[in-house]
This record gives sequence, structure tokens and C-alpha cells, in this order.
Amino acid sequence: MQRITIDPITRLEGHGKIEIFLDEAGNVANTYFQIPELRGFERFCVGRPVEEMPLLTGRICGVCPEAHHMAAAKAGDALYQVDPPPTAKKLRELLYSAFYVTDHTTHFYALGGPDFVMGPDAPVAERNILGVIHKVGLEIGGKVIQARKYGHNVIEMIGGRKVHPCTSIPGGLTKGITEEQRREIEEMGRWAVEFAQFSLQLFDDLVLKNQAYLELVLGDIYLHQTYYIGMVDEQNRVNFYDGKISVVAPNGERIGKYAAHEYTDWIAERVEPWTYLKFPYLKKVGWRGFVDGMESGVYCATPLSRLNAADGMATPLAQEAYERFYETLVPGQPKVVHHRLATHWARLIELLYAAERWVELATDPEITSPNIHTVPTAKPTEGVGCVEAPRGTLTHHYWTDERGVLTRVNLIVGTTNNYAPISMSVKKAAQNFIKNGVVVTEGLLNRIEMAFRAYDPCFGCATHSLPGQMPMEVVIRDAQGQPIDVLRQYC
Amino acid sequence: MKPKFAMYWAASCGGCEIAVLNIHEKILDVDANFEVVFWPVAMDAKIKDVEALPDGDILLTLFNGGIRNAENEHMAHLLRRKSKILVAFGSCANEGCIPGLANLSSQEEIFDAVYAGVSTNNPLRVRPQFNWQIPEGELHIPEFYPVLRTLDQVVNVDYYIPGCPPESHQIAAVIDHVIQVLQGKAELPPPGSVLGANGTTVCDECTRRRNVKMIKKFRRIQELPEIDPTLCLLEQGIPCNGPATRNGCGALCPKAGAQCIGCYGPAAGVVDYGARLIAAFASVIDSNDPQEIDRILDGLPDPAGQIYRFNLAKSLLRKARKEV
Repeated sequence: MQRITIDPITRLEGHGKIEIFLDEAGNVANTYFQIPELRGFERFCVGRPVEEMPLLTGRICGVCPEAHHMAAAKAGDALYQVDPPPTAKKLRELLYSAFYVTDHTTHFYALGGPDFVMGPDAPVAERNILGVIHKVGLEIGGKVIQARKYGHNVIEMIGGRKVHPCTSIPGGLTKGITEEQRREIEEMGRWAVEFAQFSLQLFDDLVLKNQAYLELVLGDIYLHQTYYIGMVDEQNRVNFYDGKISVVAPNGERIGKYAAHEYTDWIAERVEPWTYLKFPYLKKVGWRGFVDGMESGVYCATPLSRLNAADGMATPLAQEAYERFYETLVPGQPKVVHHRLATHWARLIELLYAAERWVELATDPEITSPNIHTVPTAKPTEGVGCVEAPRGTLTHHYWTDERGVLTRVNLIVGTTNNYAPISMSVKKAAQNFIKNGVVVTEGLLNRIEMAFRAYDPCFGCATHSLPGQMPMEVVIRDAQGQPIDVLRQYC
Repeated sequence: MKPKFAMYWAASCGGCEIAVLNIHEKILDVDANFEVVFWPVAMDAKIKDVEALPDGDILLTLFNGGIRNAENEHMAHLLRRKSKILVAFGSCANEGCIPGLANLSSQEEIFDAVYAGVSTNNPLRVRPQFNWQIPEGELHIPEFYPVLRTLDQVVNVDYYIPGCPPESHQIAAVIDHVIQVLQGKAELPPPGSVLGANGTTVCDECTRRRNVKMIKKFRRIQELPEIDPTLCLLEQGIPCNGPATRNGCGALCPKAGAQCIGCYGPAAGVVDYGARLIAAFASVIDSNDPQEIDRILDGLPDPAGQIYRFNLAKSLLRKARKEV
């Protein structure tokens, strides 16, 4: 049997590997996407005091420590059954909104966007942030840096540090903000709203007005009919910080909503011996393997999923963009989009929402109140905290002794939700570009790369690369495992 | 020809890379003065490209992440061989960081926690296998080692840049200095030096007032009705690691009302971080009675984690010693 190894070197170096096996006819027999890394936070957080969890679990991911910081803080609140004062919750959400702006900006301009801005068939050397700057103008580079900088400024003002924030504790925060800081945060937020509108306009001009790109988005290669999950508020609008998790079927129907503490009724995880990462799936539907459809419990948790799982956006400009999204992609049909490349558009709608929410919270009359902490009084036992990480629903589940020292920890991390769907997208791309023993080199590498990028995966945070490509190496081996050809993609 | 630069992540979170990217325009200085040959987060180059270089061809390699598995170790040896100057960058490579706390557990306990968790449906008790036969062939994943090691427990290290992550202004200062060396305007520090940090403790950078007030009891931060924004956290009973921790961060966490958790590692001259911290804690306890001091120290909910939170893999203890 022929074997193709794709070491998605650099961005996934040490953090991911794809093995493609061909049958005798030279068609894809199977693909395996392996995650070769484990650190074991679930174990070594046991014995630690629960108030340290927002600090310790931030170290799971240095790209999105804010997500772990918040999920851990909320699990701590739940554990002590303490409701933080409104100002504390709003400040956490304000930090989190600013974080979303930096994270989504980085993804769109440096990682995912270049495929569209430059076009998927542009030379690899141009499909990167520098290519975007070249095409759209030098000014855009400055704006991207500005958006990242502003976001990190807010994170530091509220969270105490730019990387690995330190201020959330069970019951609230260790510090508030001053009126002067509030004004500065508001000003930066207003700039972020304009920047997000500019980004959506850019997408409009470059993608939606280009028939070829639109066809690519709506094409079959990246279509997967799966379930979707995402956090919603009481009106079923997207929320990143708090709410219930809405679950929507491939036909667009909501099959239910669960509160954080009910997650084990809904989500189960499968273990495979050939990888360190688990495969979550919908427990109520069941695991049927790496397949699409109503009968398969495979679900997705991405910006696209969050839009599909919600009824709308909570801010006016984002709501307009949301309506336009569905009117354009599935006019007159149930409000569910299965085209994975549409995730990039969904991400920009979320960017606008995050910026609008940033301003909303920065102008909230309570936001500078010194009332930022409620002392927990209940005896701690068990608590679950959920937030939407940019890369999917994040769940932290803690059990403690009566001193609030951890006895057990369970985590379902953002990208992990999407492990099965990413594996399926990889297989589909491979099947499309390997036929009867003929490997379409550039097409294969390019399309697998694009399949990945839509999910913005963060396996050990390995996929965050500035140039916006996933450089890869494909080794084609004969039946004895000897390499017969090596294909490489360079920047 | 410009000297060559590399940066690599082993078992890490990616925060070190973000901290380097946050030096913003200084990145251009790196680009102007170095040929970046290997940096997974920022550019395309493959292990084979590194393997093809002559030994010692890379002038400067910043290595972050601990040595958790066989692949991490392989990369440590490879980059050591290819680099003139190998820097342990960030807490994981320096002292194990939070993932080093895994050394308190066995591999079996770690696998059980992960693969038999409450949401895991795993009746057959499947565990990852380093080699696994599938119908189509054999699959491999790197061997997970019994303990996590620091970079200098695996290869010789020339310099150390501590922090979780190292603060961006410190990274920028180190880069400036190296560029000065390249231009013949400065000299390299003695081998083994700690760079990008200062020599004393976080307390020296902390602006909180100290009254040399003694405490009768340790407090949990969430139990305090109010955190005094100007008084030393330790004097408020919060177990702050400032007195044993190297400075250079600017005392960011205490400034934000949160205790120092020790991410910059031991201050200069400290042989064992935990021993130094316990001595510092004992010195603020308002008692001369050894039994009472012990009782007050027992008020720390997690002594092992408190004193070796970032430092276990590097400590004299290194890992849990099981009684035979």
C-alpha cells in the first residue's frame, strides 16, 4: 500500500502530522491526522488551589490564555456558587471582547485572509500578510498592528499583563479600572468598530464581488453537513463570555440548549490509540466515525458554528452583517451554512460584534464601579465554567475538597471540538486531489492548507504563523515504506 | 553574510512566541541583522533544512518549551549541534514551568486523568500507543517521557532568559545587546548568564508599601473582603512569591492586585527556589514558636505547588519521590 506522509512542517511541526494511505488503485484508502503532543493539565492541576486555575490554565495556550483565564474564573465562581458583581462580569467581558478583536484580526489578515485577498491560486510567495499589504496598501499593515496593540492594551489594563492575565479570581476581579482608563478603552473601541467595518468591506469587495471566489466558497470540496454548537444569550444571540450552549442539527433545527454544568449530558469524547488528542462528539447522536449527516455525532465549534447555532447578533451593525451573510449564502433556505470557507466571513462578523460590544461595555455606567468582588462563602464542591474561545466552546470542570483544593479536573479545549471535522476536511481534500495514483501536488497541499485554515486550529498553538501559509512536505512512499518522491511547498 | 537566527518551541504554549512578536517594530531589527533560518511561528523552514546546515552554523537559537517527549529531545540535540549560542528562552526551557508540575505524577496517572475523564467514553481503556498497527500500516507518535526535563538537563545551554513569558521590553533589550555585539560595540556576557532580567527579587520592583508587619495566618485571595491596593500582599496574608522570585518583569502581577506566582524563577544566587521561599514566608510569620510557625505554614493549601509552581523540574527535588 502506498503511503503519503504530510508533515505540515513549521506551523504544525511537532504538533500535527497527516498520514494518507492509498489503495491498490492509487485512491485514498484512509487518512490519519495525528496530534503527537500531550502535557497533561488535567492531572497536574490536581492538588492546586482553585483560585490559581485562571493563572495555571492560561499556560495551556499562550495565544488564547484569555479564554482559559475566563473559563477557569467562571468555573471558580460556579464552584463557590458566587455571583460576581455586575462590574466584575462586565470588565471580564470587556477584556474578552478586546481579546477577540486582536485574535480574529490576526487570523484574518495573517492566516486565513490571504487565500481570498490574494486568491487561492496566487503564487505561494504572495499569499501572506505581506502580499495583502502589497495588494491592499501599506496602510493596512499599520491598521493590523494597531488593532493588535489596542487589544493588548485593554487586556493589560484589566488583566494586569499582555500575555497570561492575572486578575480574575473566584467571585470577581482583583482590580477595577479608573475613569481615565475607561475613556482610553472607549476611544480604542471606537477605532476597532471602524476597523471591523473596514475589514468586512474589504471582504465584500474582494470576495463577494468576485464570482470565482464565491463559487469556491460555495463549492463542494469544503462542504460538511455536521452539527454546530455555540454559546448564546437569553435571546439566542451570539455571546462569547456567558450563556447556554445552543446545539443545531445539519438541517438547521435547534435540538437543544445546555448550561455549562450540563455538558456531560451532551458531549462525549472518543479516544484513538494513534493520537494524543481526543475526539469530542454529540453524545445524544452518538459516534458513527468520521462522517457527515444527521446520524453522525460529529459537530463543529467555530465562528461559522456560532452563527449557525444562534438566532442573531446582539449588536446592531453585526446583526446587519449577520442577516446579509445568510441572505447571500442560503437565500430562502434554513439558516444554516455548511461551507467551511464561509467561516472566514463569519469570523469578520464576530470581529465587528466584539468591537461593538467593547464600546458598549466601555460606556456602561457601572464599568468603573469599585465593586468588583464578592467574597465566596459557600463550601466549594464542583463547578463548570464555559466560554467561547475563538476556536470553539471551552469547558473547564473542577472538583475540589472543602478547602477549594482541586481533586479532579476535566477540560474540553476549543480546537479539540473540531478535531473530527478537521480530520474529515483533510480526508475530503485528499480524495479530491489524489485520484488513480495521480497526486496533484500543488492542489493537494494548497487545498489541505485551506481546509485547515478555515478552522483556525490551535494544536498546541502550533498553527499560528505569520506568513499565512502552512508550509508542508509530502513524502510519497512505496509499499515497503521507502520514500519514492518528496514534494515540498515553500514560502 | 548575515549571521543566522533560529527560534523553536518544544513542549510549550506559544506565549513565548507571542511575547517576541509583541516587540513590534524591533522584529525588523532582527530581520535586518540576522538571516532567520528556522522559526516555525513566523516562517517556513523544515527540520531537514536545519539538519543540512553545518554544525555551529546558526549563531543564535532561542529555544522555548520543556522536554516532554522524544521529539522535543531530538530537536534539543539537533539545535544544540547547529547553534553557536543556545538560549533557554522562557520558563518552560529554563525550569519546566507549569507543565513541570507533571513530575509529581506518573505517566499512568496522567494518561488516566486525560483518557478516563468524566466526558470520555472509553470503556476499553484505550491509551495512546507510541507505535500502533492500523489496517493500512503502522502509525507513530513520539514517546511521552516519565518526567519533563529542562533544556539544560538535556543539552548544554549558553544563556538563560527567564519569564512566563519573558517580558517584551526585556526581549527587545537582549536583541539590542546582541546586535551591539555583532557590531563590535559590546561583548557577550559570561557563559551561563541569565539575560533579560535583573538580579534581585520582585519585591525590589514592587511599589507596594512594606511595614514589616507580621502575619498570624495565610489568607486566600478570594477570601479577602478588600485587597489593599498599596500594602504588601504578603503582609495582607496572601502568599506572594515575590521575595524568592527574580525581578525584571516590573512586578506586573502585584501591581494588578494579584500575587507574584514566581514565573521569573529564582532570584540570583538562590540554590533552591522552594527553600528560599519558605524561609521568606517564615520571616513574616509573627511567632517564635516553631510549632506555631509550622501550623501557620500549614495554612498554605498547596505547599508543593506554592514553592515549586514553575520550578519543580529544575529544583533539587525534580520530581515526586515515591516511598518504596
